[in-house]
Amino acid sequence: MASGVKPRVKVPKTASAGETITIKTLISHKMESGQRKDDDGNVIPRSIINRFVADFNGQNIIDVTLEPAISTNPYFQFEAIVPESGEFQFTWYDDDGSVYETSKAIEVS
Amino acid sequence: MTRQTRVRAGAAIGVVAGVLAVAAHAGPDDDDLVINGEIEIVTETAAPEHIEHVGTIYSGWRFRSDETQAFQVDDFDNPSMIWVEQAEEVWNTAEGAAGKSCASCHDGSDSMAGVRAVYPKWNEDAGEVRTLEMQINDCRENRMQAETWKYTGGEMVNMVALLSAVSRGIPVNVAIDGPAQSTWEMGKDIYYTRYGQLELSCANCHEDNYGNMIRADHLSQGQINGFPTYRLKNTKLNAVHARFKGCVRDTRAETFAPGSPEFVALELYVASRGNGLSVEGPSVRN
Repeated sequence: MASGVKPRVKVPKTASAGETITIKTLISHKMESGQRKDDDGNVIPRSIINRFVADFNGQNIIDVTLEPAISTNPYFQFEAIVPESGEFQFTWYDDDGSVYETSKAIEVS
Repeated sequence: MTRQTRVRAGAAIGVVAGVLAVAAHAGPDDDDLVINGEIEIVTETAAPEHIEHVGTIYSGWRFRSDETQAFQVDDFDNPSMIWVEQAEEVWNTAEGAAGKSCASCHDGSDSMAGVRAVYPKWNEDAGEVRTLEMQINDCRENRMQAETWKYTGGEMVNMVALLSAVSRGIPVNVAIDGPAQSTWEMGKDIYYTRYGQLELSCANCHEDNYGNMIRADHLSQGQINGFPTYRLKNTKLNAVHARFKGCVRDTRAETFAPGSPEFVALELYVASRGNGLSVEGPSVRN
């Protein structure tokens, strides 16, 4: 398992109904491409986050496929319209089968 | 070491180059820096009295493009913060034969607010001017009985970044009088000494020509209030002595070693040129 993996998310705590908010996400991850070789000439096996998904109250809002060319600590920033109070659920899928999850609640007035 | 006597005649050349470059690129911009919407950063202020040739001092942030500046406005966008978080864990983790962590003596890392701003600082017991790095290693060796860190190594620069982060917004205020004065004088001497095959002193670029372009680089005043600095060119945190080394190397000179008495003195002098600017590290530069 890749070490030092930690998801981070920034979502506003409050918003008004129908407002477009900006969501920022970052996961610390090596994103080893599988193209590099170590000092002995052996290929370092690929180990990347291959998928990132965000849901709001169970409804999918973004689903990203990541490729080996994406650099260390992948950062995603995107916008979402929030119709009601609820919870954003973020999920990252690692090549090694690990799944990293975090969630953020938002209050809509 | 190529070491020549101090030459101030370079100013005349600087003026000619300045006229040519001003048309292409002016000095610092007029942007204001507020981090996380709450920490107001002083990026421009009157120069301390001891500086003879500069009237206003500016943080290097003011010489960067809007895109680079934006990284620093929100901690979430500042790539340095990943290492600051790692240092926070180290802060709270006991290590060494004494079974102590930093927090065992100092409480939370935010209790160190203001410390970064006054370093390098005279240490009475040791009888020398000490940088934050030297003080950290002293703590590790004598209080924690742990292995010392490499002066510009990853763990060290992360810890310095954490200590800077909790001091952001506090004005740099290093003492240059009293017992620190001789070290400060030595640093000043190094600042104005031309080194290397290119025969450049710190002052030739950062005092005579800040605001001008040196090929593709927009020269700043070389202030160190933003260190450690995340640089886009090498995507990691850079310690101030590593930056000094890079600068001296670029003059094609043999450089001093990070942690050497020469660089400690230079750090004190350069820090004192920024007295009045806010601690801004860990900053983002190109």
